[in-house]
Amino acid sequence: MEIGSETAFTPWASLFGGVLIGLSAVMVMALFGRIAGIAGIAQGALGLPGAAKDRDWRWAFLVGLVLAPLAVMALGGTVAQTVPDNLPGMALAGLLVGTGTAIGSGCTSGHGVCGLARLSGRSLAAVATFMAAGFATVFVLRHILGGA
Amino acid sequence: MRVLWGFLSGLVFGLGLVISGMANPAKVLNFLDLAGTWDPSLAFVMGGATLTAFVGYRLVWRRKAPVLDRTFDIPKNRTIDTSLLTGAALFGMGWGIGGFCPGPAFTALPLLAPGTLVFLPAMLAGLWLGARVKAGGYPQGKGAAS
Repeated sequence: MEIGSETAFTPWASLFGGVLIGLSAVMVMALFGRIAGIAGIAQGALGLPGAAKDRDWRWAFLVGLVLAPLAVMALGGTVAQTVPDNLPGMALAGLLVGTGTAIGSGCTSGHGVCGLARLSGRSLAAVATFMAAGFATVFVLRHILGGA
Repeated sequence: MRVLWGFLSGLVFGLGLVISGMANPAKVLNFLDLAGTWDPSLAFVMGGATLTAFVGYRLVWRRKAPVLDRTFDIPKNRTIDTSLLTGAALFGMGWGIGGFCPGPAFTALPLLAPGTLVFLPAMLAGLWLGARVKAGGYPQGKGAAS
């Protein structure tokens, strides 16, 4: 599969996976009383300025997150994945995602899942902004600058 | 206990990312490609996750405190300010280029795709940079990512 070619529409798998993500957010709230935003969890784990101080569970959470695809494969499942191979582009993308989520105080999970579930207007504004920026960026890269 | 439950929470989150297709940048980029090879699957991921959290949070908040901590720590900031919108716009641009948001970038790590191995350290550097910018005040926010 190449970037820019069709991917199968998977409503049921996506819904089920989404429920698991929501369940994890509920676990983090029930157990630790925190928002399950991955950018924030990573910042806390790394002890970055202004981040939360409870690092123990954050490190453990990231380890679980990283081991998940290996668990799927150990159980005989397959993990389909196609990652863009334009490495300078990926470096820029990573820098933008890290800087943006730090400055904007959240990502797809923190503002998206957790913020919307709290009915936070601030999170809704963030989600609308990053979705619009994502749609616009893909439109420019694929349909104006060409490629796909 | 905190470490064990933290690990399990992360594992469930990661399984959700893998099963839902959110850990696959090709699928994410197609979701963002309304005018091309659009794949609406990720709307179901966000819908399923948000509805589950909406209901679950309300059940959890009936308790006085979380199970393994003293207090619920819920963001109180309600202001929609420049740093929020600037940060979200930068994040959306990076998401549209790479197809990774922070969670999937971690989950993709053991598959060792070259793009992931470049994206993840750059993202961590960006988190550090953004945290520095934020700690030092907002006005430098735009310059930091250029």
